[in-house]
Parts: sequence; C-alpha cells; structure tokens
Amino acid sequence: MPSRMPIQFRLIGQALQYRGQIALSLFVLAGASLLTIATPALVGFAIDTGLDIQTVRDITGADTQVAQGDMSTLLLASALVLVAALARGVFVYAQTYLAESVSQRVAYDLRNMLYDRLQRLSFAYHDTAEVGEIMSRATQDVEGVRMFVSMGVIRFVYIFVLISVSYGLMIATNLKVGLIALAFVPLIAVQSSWMALRMRPIWLKVQSIQGEMSTILQENLTGQRVVKAFSRQDFEQQKFEEKTDDLFTHSYRTAKFQAFNEPFLLAVWLLSSGVVFWAGTAEIEAGRMLPGELVAFQLYLTLLQVPVRSIGFVVNIFARAHSAGTRLFEVLDAESPVQEKPGAPPLGPGSGHVRFERVSFGYDPKRPVVRDVDIEALPGQTVALLGPTGSGKTTIVNLLPRFYDVTTGRITVDGQDVRDVQLKSLRDAIGIVQQDVFLFSATIRENIAYGKADATQEEIEEAAKAARIHDFILSQPDGYDTWVGERGATLSGGQRQRVAIARTLLLNPRILIFDDSTAAVDMRTEFLIQEALRNLMTGRTTFVIAQRLRTVKEAHQILVMQDGVVVERGTHEELLTRDGFYRRIYDLELRDQEEAAAATEPAILPEVRD
Amino acid sequence: MAYWGGGGAGGWSGPGEGMGQRRGAAGRIDGWNYDDLGKVYDAHLIRRMIPFVTPYRWHSIFALISMVIVSLSQYAQPYIMGRAIERIVDRIGAGESVSADIRNFGQLLVLLAVISFIAMYTQRRMTGFIGHRLLREMRGMMFAHLNRLSMRFYDNEEVGRVMSRVTSDVVTLQELLTSGALNVLADFIGLALIIGFLFALDVQLALVSLAVIPPLMLFMWFWQAYAARAFIRTRMAIATVNSNINENVSGVRVVQSMGREAENLRRFDRLNTNNLDSNLYAARLQAAVMPLVEILSSVATLLVLIVIGIRTFNGDIEASAALGFATAFLLYIQRFFNPVRDIVLQYTQLQRAMAGAHRIFELLDTDPEIADAPDAIELTEVRGQVDFNRVDFEYVPGVPVLRQFDLHVRPGETIALVGHTGAGKTSVTALIPRFYDINGGELLIDGVDIRKIKLASLTRNISIVLQEPYLFSGTIADNIRYGRLDATDQDIRVAATAVGADEFIDRLDRGYDTVLHERGQNLSVGQRQLISFARAIVADPRILILDEATANVDTHTEKLIQRALDTMLKGRTSFVIAHRLSTIRSADRIVVMRDGQIAEIGNHEELVAQNGIYADLYRMAFTHLTEQEAATERTEG
Repeated sequence: MPSRMPIQFRLIGQALQYRGQIALSLFVLAGASLLTIATPALVGFAIDTGLDIQTVRDITGADTQVAQGDMSTLLLASALVLVAALARGVFVYAQTYLAESVSQRVAYDLRNMLYDRLQRLSFAYHDTAEVGEIMSRATQDVEGVRMFVSMGVIRFVYIFVLISVSYGLMIATNLKVGLIALAFVPLIAVQSSWMALRMRPIWLKVQSIQGEMSTILQENLTGQRVVKAFSRQDFEQQKFEEKTDDLFTHSYRTAKFQAFNEPFLLAVWLLSSGVVFWAGTAEIEAGRMLPGELVAFQLYLTLLQVPVRSIGFVVNIFARAHSAGTRLFEVLDAESPVQEKPGAPPLGPGSGHVRFERVSFGYDPKRPVVRDVDIEALPGQTVALLGPTGSGKTTIVNLLPRFYDVTTGRITVDGQDVRDVQLKSLRDAIGIVQQDVFLFSATIRENIAYGKADATQEEIEEAAKAARIHDFILSQPDGYDTWVGERGATLSGGQRQRVAIARTLLLNPRILIFDDSTAAVDMRTEFLIQEALRNLMTGRTTFVIAQRLRTVKEAHQILVMQDGVVVERGTHEELLTRDGFYRRIYDLELRDQEEAAAATEPAILPEVRD
Repeated sequence: MAYWGGGGAGGWSGPGEGMGQRRGAAGRIDGWNYDDLGKVYDAHLIRRMIPFVTPYRWHSIFALISMVIVSLSQYAQPYIMGRAIERIVDRIGAGESVSADIRNFGQLLVLLAVISFIAMYTQRRMTGFIGHRLLREMRGMMFAHLNRLSMRFYDNEEVGRVMSRVTSDVVTLQELLTSGALNVLADFIGLALIIGFLFALDVQLALVSLAVIPPLMLFMWFWQAYAARAFIRTRMAIATVNSNINENVSGVRVVQSMGREAENLRRFDRLNTNNLDSNLYAARLQAAVMPLVEILSSVATLLVLIVIGIRTFNGDIEASAALGFATAFLLYIQRFFNPVRDIVLQYTQLQRAMAGAHRIFELLDTDPEIADAPDAIELTEVRGQVDFNRVDFEYVPGVPVLRQFDLHVRPGETIALVGHTGAGKTSVTALIPRFYDINGGELLIDGVDIRKIKLASLTRNISIVLQEPYLFSGTIADNIRYGRLDATDQDIRVAATAVGADEFIDRLDRGYDTVLHERGQNLSVGQRQLISFARAIVADPRILILDEATANVDTHTEKLIQRALDTMLKGRTSFVIAHRLSTIRSADRIVVMRDGQIAEIGNHEELVAQNGIYADLYRMAFTHLTEQEAATERTEG
C-alpha cells in the first residue's frame, strides 16, 4: 500500500499500535518534566524562604544580613526537594523504560514484517537485490526507526516540555534575566542542528570509504593465495594505504568539525550561565531578584544543558528516520508479482504430467529471456535441458514452481494451470536440487528435514541412505547432529549435494528439478551422486539442467537451448545423427570416455566406498 | 551514553564480516569473545601501546594541558559564583555599591567561557589528529603483517574474525589510546578539582555533600557488572537475529522451493523475541541510573541545605556566606555525579579495549613462518627443473600429508597428478611457490633449495590457476595485469587471446575496461576462469600449476581452455591436477598419489599396462558410463 503520507507519519502510525504504552509514557513524561522543573524552584524557595536572608538595620544603625527564616521551613522545603526527587525518580524510570520498550517493540515488529516480506518476494526481486543492501536495511534502517520512535517521538516531547516550561518559569520570575537566558537556546539549537545535518553527508562518505577499505582487506585475505602466488603484497599494501589515507583525510575532517562543535556548545552554555549570573546579580542589587532565584536560574541552566544540546540530535534522528523509513517501506510495500489467487484450490492429486504451452518469459516483456517454449513431460519422464550459460535453461525450470510467472503461454501440472492453484501445494509437489547447494547453519539432521520439519529419525535416515550420504554422516563424531558450518562450508561439494538430494527425497515430490551444473568431483563421489540421483528420479517427472552429457544421455527428451529458444530436441541417438550443437558438445565431452571404453578391457568394478 | 551506542545494530558490521553462528562458539560474535573480557589494566599491554603514541608526544602533552584547563574553567565556575554571591550580598547589606563587583565577576565568567572554548577546541583537535593517525598506522601495520603470514595462518583463521581485528578492534584500541584514556583522566582530574574546590569553600559542607559518593560508587559498581552482562546479551541476541536474516535472504530460493516460510518465520520470531526480551531487560537496568543519581544528588542537596541552615541560625556563619555556600555547593552537587558515573562506565570500555588490544597484539605477534632468509638469492633465468627430495610435509603436526615424496621434474615437462581427495595432490603444488615450508627433505628449483631463494623472485617464475578463480574488484585489464604489473595493454590482449578470453571480453560493452563487481560476480565462472588463465600467462612463468583449473567451468569454456592448453604448457614445467582424461593422458608423466606418496608413475600407456590404481580409475570412468546406459535401459524397459 504505497502512500503519500510523510514517512515519519507512517512510522508514528506503526508505533501507535502501542498507544497504551505511549499514553502511559506521555503521562509519566509530563510528571517527570514537571517534577524536574520543580526542583530548582524548590531549592530557590528553600533558600529564599527557609533561610530568608534579609537586610536588617541593627540598633547601631548599621545594616547587617540576617537569616529571617526558620529551621522548620527550611527542613520542609529541603524535604520537598527530596520527595520531588523520589517521585521524579519513579517517573523518569518509567518514562525511560517505556520509551525504550515501545521503540524496541516497533523494531521487533518491523523485523518480523521485513523477514516475512523478504521470504515471500519472488525471485525477480531477489535477482536484483543485493544481500548486503537488504542487510543494511534490516540493521541500520530498523535501528534508525527505533531511535526515531524512542528519541524522536517520545523524547522530543519531553525535551520540548522541559525547555518551554523552564523558560516560561524563568521569564515569569524575572523577565529580563529570563529573556537573557532564553537568548542562548536558539544559538545552541541552531548550531547543533546545523552540525547534525552538515555532518550526515560527511559521515556517509566516511562510511563508504570504510566499506571500500573493508573490501580491499577482505579481498586480500580471501584471495591471499593469489596475492602470494604473484607476490603482490606491496601492490596490495599500496591499495590499502590509499584507502586508509583517504579515510584519514575524511574522518579527520569530521573530527575537526566536532572539535569545534562540542567546545562551542560547552562555551555557549558557560557563557550563558556567566551572563545570567552577571545580569542576575545586577537585578539583586536593584532589589528585583532574590539570591535563591538566581541559584534556581543557575540550576535550570545546568538542567537544560543536555536537553537543549540534544535538539541537534533529534533533528538528525528526524532526518535519518526519513531515509531509513523510506528504505524500509520500499521493501515492505514491494508486491510480489507472483500472487496466489484468492481461494485458489490446492493442486489436485496426479502423477506429474507437466505441460509448457508456448511459454515466454522476460523481466521486461519486450525482451523475453525465453520464447515460445513447448514441453510435454509425461509422468515419470526425464527432460534434459542443455545449452550455454545464459540460454534460459534455469529460467524455464524456475517458471514451473512459479518463482516467476510466465509472460505469455501457460504451464499446467496434471491439467491445472499453475497460476490457479495454491502456491504452497504447488511447491510441495516440486522438489528442487539447485546448482549452488545452499545448506543452512544447522545440524545435518535439520538440513535434511528442512522441507519437512516434523520428519522422524527413520524417515531422515531412509532419505540419507537413498542419497548415499548416510554412511558419511555416521562416520562423523556427532552423526546426524554434526553441525554444518555457514552455508555448509564444512562439507565437500559432493557431500553438500547429497545432503540436498536427501532433503528433496524427504519431500517426496511428484516433480523434480535438478540443476546438474556442478563442480567436478572425484570419480567415487560422482558415482555416489549418480546412484543417489537414480533413487531420487525413480517414478518422478524430472527436469535436468545439464552441463555434462553423462546425466543427459538417459533422458527421454533432450532440449537444446540457445538464446531462449529450443533449437534442437529429441533423444540422445536422434540428436547425435544431426550435426548440431549437441553433437559438438558430445564430441568434446564424452569421446575420451568412450574411447577409454573401447581401449580397456571391461574389468571388475572397483570397490566403491566413500 | 557511548556505552550504549551501537548496542542496537551491533553484531552486523558490513559485507565480509563472518556471519556464522557456530555452535559451541556462540560467545564469539563478530570477532568478540564476550566471555573473556580483558583485565582493566594490563601493564604488559600498556607497555606495548606506548610506542604507538610516542611519535605524538607533543600533541599528547598539548592535549593533556588543554584538558586540565578545560576542567579548571568548567569546575571553577560554581566556586566563583559562590564567592561572588557572598561578596555581593555582603556589600549590598552594607549598603555599598556592587556594580564594579558585578562587572568584574561577570567578565571573569565570560573570560572563563572563552578560555574553556579555546582549550577544549585545542584538545579535540589534538586527540582527533592522534586518533585518526593511529588508526591509519595500526591498520597499515596489521595489513602488512597479514601479508607476511604464511598460508598456514589463513587455513586456520576465519576471514571474518581477522577482518574484525583490523576494522573494529583497532577502533577500540584507538579510542582507548585517545579519548578513552583521556576521558578517564579528565574525569579523575575533574573530580579532584571539585573536591578541592569544595574543601576550599568549607570542610564540613564538603564532607556532607561528598557523603553520597560512596553509596553511588557502590551502586554503580554492582550495576555495571549486571549491565555489562545485559549489554553483551543484547549484542549477541541482535547478532543472531541478523545472521538469521542474512541466511534466509541468501537462501531464499531454497526457502521458497521447500515452502519453509511459515516455519522460518516462527523460528525467526523466537530469535526476535529473545532480542526484544534482552533489550527490555537491559532497558530496565539502564533506566535505573539517572533516577538513582538524581535521588542521591537530592539527598546531598537536602543535607547541604540543612547544615547551612543549622549553622546560619546558630550564627556560626554569616548570612551572606550561607548564600554563597548554597550557590556553590548546590551547583557542584549537580555536576560531580557526571564524572563519577563516567568513570564507572568507562570501566567496561577499558575492559573491552584491553581485550581488543590483546587480540591485535596476538595477531601482530603471530610468526610469519615463511620469510626470506638473510642470505636468500635472487633467482634469474629459471630453467624449470623441480626436485622433491624425500619431502615430508604436514599441515597439522602428527598428521603427515606427504611422506618421503620424491619426484624429479625436468624443465618443460608436464606432470599430471592423479589421486583421490586427500591424497596430497594439492599439497605438492602448494609447496612449489612456498605457500608452506616442508617439514623434511629438500625442495629444489634449478638445484637451489627454495628456502634460499627470495620469495618474490620465486613466485615471479611460477603461475597458478586454482579451481576457484579469484578475481579482485577493478577492471578486467587490472585483473590480468595482476600477473605482471608492468604489462602493457598489448601484453594483456595477447595473453587474453592466447587463452581464448578475448572473444567474450570483446563482446562486453566496455571490453577490457569492464569493471568487475565484487569477486567478478557479473561474469560467469567460466569467464572468470579465463581471466585467471590470462593473468597466469601474462606473467610468462617458467613453472605453471593448474589445480583443477577446469573443474568448475562450463563446456564451452572448457573447450576454449583445452584448445589453449597446448600452447600454455609448451616450454614450461607444468603441474596439472585435472579430472579430464584427455588432459591427464597427454601429460609427459602421470603421478598417481596415494596417502602422500607416489603409488604409480609413468605415462598413460605404461600405467594402463601396469593394471594398477590408474588403470582402475580409468576403467571406473568407463564403467560409470556403462552403468548409466544400463540404468537408462531399465527405466525404458
């Protein structure tokens, strides 16, 4: 729901879910500010009434200062200071906590919303979005909004009340001195806001240089073998130092700004209390002000030092909330082009009959990535897609589980258009083993049961056995509880792939998509993978994207793709007879193995273990 | 408030940071081991930091003097005001004119403000300069050291952890050396000044108003212990939340294809709730500080007023003095809580900084292991003779990888290395450019022990193409030029043409000037590998190592590389680890490795005739094929 409302209003709307807490926090906030303001006045009262220093002309006719007050009044006034402090303590505590609580809850909501939105956006979104970019929204922008809710919304009210009531009181006590005190507020407010706004772009610049520096560092570390292989240490050092020099120049610039700003704010404050003191003593002399009132003024100025200075902070938070909110709502408002029809029925039972009817697809409809593709896969058949990188093989199979929607034409599974059925039921019917096997940092067990969280140990083991990974898992010290590092880093490519096969087996899909453009593994592993695959493919309609002909040869249909269109189709034997693309790849790929077959006597099958 | 700064978005600090949340090491997030906060004061570490600061001793001294002036001008103010009130009220009482006094005191206060501005500005400029210079130098130093460390270091360290030492630990240390240490010092000086002024005014009142300090210290002490732990928990909670988001976004294709959205949201919500809870807990603790400080300062106010009252009414002090005391003491009470609070808060900061310093020095102390010997020679005119004389090698002590490995390669010979994963093939190739030092035996290039050759001259003669093509950000030309920095555009073109990369590069809009995204993500794996081949060839090496260089590439690229291979290997000593039989078969000699030793050696025909491991492997490729054919028949039948 894109909206023309200012972003800050939408953010406040988000916070208003907790209107109870906000109302309570505003209430305690009012209490806290009033009690805070009362303290200097009470101290002033204690001095002026409790001590009540008066000039008295004594019998000799000389003026002396005498305390006219009495101990009980002084005690009462001082006790009031303490009572006010205790009460204020409670209110300030509640206010601080509530502000934090509301802001944390808003951040919590935003994270959940963001998380769910992101995992439901179609591939088209994720194809263009960068993970780092998304992460910076999920971290820095959520934090920006959180700060806005706690500081910008709640704290702002507090600061506003505190400043206006305190100065109101001062002006009411003594117009002249009050106005002098007030004169410094705009100065501080303007300077600190101007600074905050001025610093933002410089900070962003520093951050971006920091990012560049990290990239060089990271590349140097990750590519260390290359650096060493070419002895490029000096070259890398130079690249890195260019960035650290750059970083020095810019961050020193921010330091110079700050070196001016903070002393300036402190000096203005010292100046203001000095000038107020100056004017105040003059007023005392003129008899228009009491000493206690001047003490109260000084206490007010001390009290207001932080709130007045934080005006700049608040201004910055407002500015940041605008960009952060915009970026967050960009994600939250993003609509997935793949939408389930309201009330769509689940995919009916069937045996996996898949038809592509004149299917075209393009991110930009005018520039289709695949054009007019017709495929009919009968239940249990294997369809192999072959072609160079970028020919549209992966795009075609991604249309089947509706990771993208077709631009024209239609795809049916067991007679039903994929766009007419419930998305989850469709995807449940399709198992996918992707090219870049993605495992999650969890145990092997959890990774195998990824698509079926309630799978029993027996089911998991059965799948692992069929995927020829069970023996390997048992050989690990923790068995099925072995922790798989980030993205499965602790496993080899072949092992990751077999875990992925087990994971898909457990889903028991009627249709299978297998992306075979995998790294070469040693022959034993290759053999195990082939066995696992055979178990996986049995009785399922399978689409194989193949770089290697080994997996293709046994397919019922082979589709050779180029630039988004099917240029050749048929079985292995049929395609060999044509002198086309298939024939050329075949020559390169399989000939040496076939020759090997001719050259060597068929021998005993070597024992295969993992 | 710096204490809480960044607590919200803590764990995640940009690309490249290790996001892995490992079981059993959950306490270790973005390079921090929170269970192990450092000592606050570690004399050994401090001694090691001093050399960093010595070049800036004059800046530091300036900063220090300025800081004392700032404290003085800031904390003298209430004293002056108290004295002024006393004097002015006194003289008013006596009916004398106070205009001169008012002007004098007023001017003094204004002067104080100006002085404090100048002093504070000087201090900030100095510390800012020192701080950012320190950062630059420490980073440069660490970077250089990292490049000197051997591959063994990189095998055992996660990139994310090393990154965080150079990025965030350095910042912590720099903050400690500049603002941190100085702030603590400033707080102590400030506190001492306040106490001095208080006692200068009145001993009894000073003691009364300072009475609340011990309970405050005690409270803050307990508080910071809890708060530090709560704070650590929030950092860990948010790091877990962020790494979960990161993983889910990276793996979104699997998530969607497996229909895990609901389950994942449920699990994420658990982490997110945990983060909320730990933040709310921290907030409950955090919210307690200000109220408590204010209540204690009110207690002090109350005590001071009562004592002043008693003494005034008893006639112990003059009425004007009572006013002066009230002014000065009440203003001081409001001010002395800040340094006290800061000192306690800095405690945890100091701990963290020390822990960071410890990690930095740990890194800087790591032995580079492999460095040029003092008498190392420059290698010129290499022929390419490589001799492994009974070489022993292990990555981990006690786990031999190569045992008595003996291989003698003639200049220009092509050696194919064959064997199962873990047989030691890659180790053989990693020893030649001296990524690791051997544990026993000898490794000679043209008859010279490689430990006696200057590293740079050794690697200048060797090029390696790895399975994973690793490219740097920059243009394609930059990346090819990485092999030889003085290569001309023409050289680059020739190299690219030699490996068949020219075809796709010319098709790109910007050709050789195409800027690669991080790690060349905008090219296919095959294209990246072609560039790394060109990079290897432009160096015109005498020795060429191809470690599974064609394993990940698509058929088309492989075809190009196959075609280029003959020219590339010609006239060079080459070590090839490959999976393609045709490549292996055309090698001059095939070395079959098993358990770190040579099991068989000879050319293709000889090895097939031997009917050993190689023949088995060869046949397996073949049977594999027939197996599949059999399977196809089964499904068809």
